[in-house]
Amino acid sequence: MKINEELKNTLLGPLSKNNPIAVQVLGICSALAVTVELKPALVMGISVTIIVALANVVISLIRNTIPNSVRIIVQLVVVAALVTIVSEFLKAFAFDVSVQLSVYIGLIITNCILMGRLEAFAMSNKPGPAFLDGLGNGLGYAIILVAVAFVRELFGSGTLFGFQIVPHSWYEAGYLNNGLMMMPSMALILLACFIWIHRSVDKDLQEKG
Amino acid sequence: MATKKYKCKVCGYIHEGNKAPETCPVCKAPASEFEEIKEKRGFNKENSVYIFVYTSVIIVIVSLLLSFTSGALKSRQAANMELDKKKQILSSLPAINLEGADASALYTTYIKQYVILNADGEVTKEIDDFKYKAIKDEFPLYIAEIEGQTKYIIPLNGAGLWGAIWGYLALNEDKSTIYGVYFSHASETPGLGANIVTPKFRNQFVGKEIMKEGVFTSIAVMKTGQIAEGQDQVDAISGGTITSKGVESMFKNCIGNYLAFLKKKKPIVETPKEGGSTL
Repeated sequence: MKINEELKNTLLGPLSKNNPIAVQVLGICSALAVTVELKPALVMGISVTIIVALANVVISLIRNTIPNSVRIIVQLVVVAALVTIVSEFLKAFAFDVSVQLSVYIGLIITNCILMGRLEAFAMSNKPGPAFLDGLGNGLGYAIILVAVAFVRELFGSGTLFGFQIVPHSWYEAGYLNNGLMMMPSMALILLACFIWIHRSVDKDLQEKG
Repeated sequence: MATKKYKCKVCGYIHEGNKAPETCPVCKAPASEFEEIKEKRGFNKENSVYIFVYTSVIIVIVSLLLSFTSGALKSRQAANMELDKKKQILSSLPAINLEGADASALYTTYIKQYVILNADGEVTKEIDDFKYKAIKDEFPLYIAEIEGQTKYIIPLNGAGLWGAIWGYLALNEDKSTIYGVYFSHASETPGLGANIVTPKFRNQFVGKEIMKEGVFTSIAVMKTGQIAEGQDQVDAISGGTITSKGVESMFKNCIGNYLAFLKKKKPIVETPKEGGSTL
């Protein structure tokens, strides 16, 4: 039972208590780049989840053979190879999605969550838990991305997933989209608000002193 | 391994020899306090030869994997790219509804010719192979026929804020009035510059003229409220100024190459019904 409990924590911890963005503060740069609209945010979240999980498994499988002094390079090579393969597959089998993703796929390589999880977890754990850890962290990342994108798209463009939500009659009555929401800085402000809410709900996360 | 290593558990002194010394020379502890240091099992991973071999192997595996995937998927990708290009060309013609339709069949129906022009605006080649890429001083032109009218489609290429932007411009038979445009981009900001692909932006171009009294004036992309003198204009995208300016200069630069052709009054294809052409 104890082992099950641990596995559950590995998978679910990153969704809230140990969220990669809100608590570990990793992957901020991509969180602000892809959250103007919901669709790219969601697709980015899913892609990162898949790639973190796969990279975690691969690194975990070869963890005992990696020389310590070149481990970051080996991790990078594995991640870059995975990202390239995934993008090649998308180009062959889901061309429309790959066109939409163009930049974001490349951005995954530089995502700090990947390197963070590989270093902190995959290097010292078995492939099974490593897979769950990757899945959990990817999903934790996706949740925050979608939450930020939801607010930004709704107030910035009046749409969700590209569908008009704010009725046209409002615009005629003088309602304006909030242009500030479109600016990258707003992503950081929103993120800070989320972290604030998160920590006031979950008092354990508050730093002492 | 002739010599073994023994470590004193009390003070950490390391003795080399076949067996532990009777007393530790540092802290005088008896032989029982010594334990043998076993060499780490396996071999040293920090050895530079190992590191070199290891990284080489990883790199070879990865590159084999990558070239294998790319080789295996290449034909599918090429077919996708080709289909996508056909879709993009067709998207410049507002009369065609691409939703759920077979783009290649539509392409064969509507696009009658793919020709190459030279700098003097004369047709130098007629291309059968869709994959043909125009080289320097060759200007590709697609000729479409919709509801009995000829439309000229000019490919556009330019730069936005982050990367390439491109598109297709369909002109009416008068070679001046815009029938439709299509834009796409590699990496413009979503929600800002990337909005050049939206119908709202593109539809502004329809009906605008790129020539005024026989002189090429292009189309100005202006901030809302500003007026461009002596040329047709469309509204730029707020928050996407550099991308909008990119569209403007893309028009100026790309259409500039076709001026000789655009100024010719006679249609270049004399017997379009038979599908023949003048070379």
